[in-house]
Amino acid sequence: MAEPPAPPAFPGLSPEERRLVEALRARDENAFMELIDRYQASLVRVAMMYVGSRAVAEDVVAETWLGVLRGIDGFQGRSSLRTWIYRILTNTAKTRAQRERRSVPFASLGDGDDGPAVDPDRFLPPGDPAAGAWASPPRGWDDLPEATLLSAETRSVIDAAIDQLPPTQREVIRLRDVEGFSSGEVRALLELSETNQRVLLHRARSKVRAALERYLSEDTA
Amino acid sequence: MSVHVAPIACRELVELVTDYLEGALPPEQHARFENHIAGCDGCTAYLEQMRETIRLTGTLREQQISPGALAALLHAFRDWAST
Repeated sequence: MAEPPAPPAFPGLSPEERRLVEALRARDENAFMELIDRYQASLVRVAMMYVGSRAVAEDVVAETWLGVLRGIDGFQGRSSLRTWIYRILTNTAKTRAQRERRSVPFASLGDGDDGPAVDPDRFLPPGDPAAGAWASPPRGWDDLPEATLLSAETRSVIDAAIDQLPPTQREVIRLRDVEGFSSGEVRALLELSETNQRVLLHRARSKVRAALERYLSEDTA
Repeated sequence: MSVHVAPIACRELVELVTDYLEGALPPEQHARFENHIAGCDGCTAYLEQMRETIRLTGTLREQQISPGALAALLHAFRDWAST
């Protein structure tokens, strides 16, 4: 059986996104609700990386939705709908942050080389026949109950560890691991090279892991 | 002809974990990584901890919108749709 011919419009969109764009253009309120359902909470979290308070972030997101409505008739579908929405969000948030004279996270420095993933003291020192091997190896977490791993306290440890990261690392791990963006989407949104994105993600994840390890080992000691 | 391939130390391996999980290691490096993991309990536990960290970080996602904000957005939508 022959495949139906692909619609000519929006080559970069999934069928799902194409449906939403077309419905929105037809002024279908349910399509708008669907987008809000899907993205609102995530948009607020991402906006909070740029502006100081939740209230301002919600404002930025409301403005973003207006931008989506105003722009949807002219949307070309060169990027995915999702990337387009987040681009409107980050532009809106940056403008707002400038107005509030807060520095924009990824314009700031200080995300350079900031040490190894694991405390060097955990490895055997140079000169030892097995230099570089674990002196104090990590313990698996598979003996911990899922309820401990998923507790509100564990989650707050992760949240606090992310908050303490340098700004760009914080953005990358939030977009990748909290919001579930692909590396390509994160690179496009934050204008990072592939390598740079990966290095930032590595530093961020390594620090969050270390914080979790500290917390989970004191919990079970 | 045998090529001498230096093994990876645990201390180096922990710096390659993200590249490994992202599928960004060159094939030879990828093989060395997996060889090391196969024989090292400490690094196996470390890799598992990193996977678990990623999974748990993903649970920070939550979905909710306040009724007030939703009402305001719907109002804005109806304004927009009627013009």
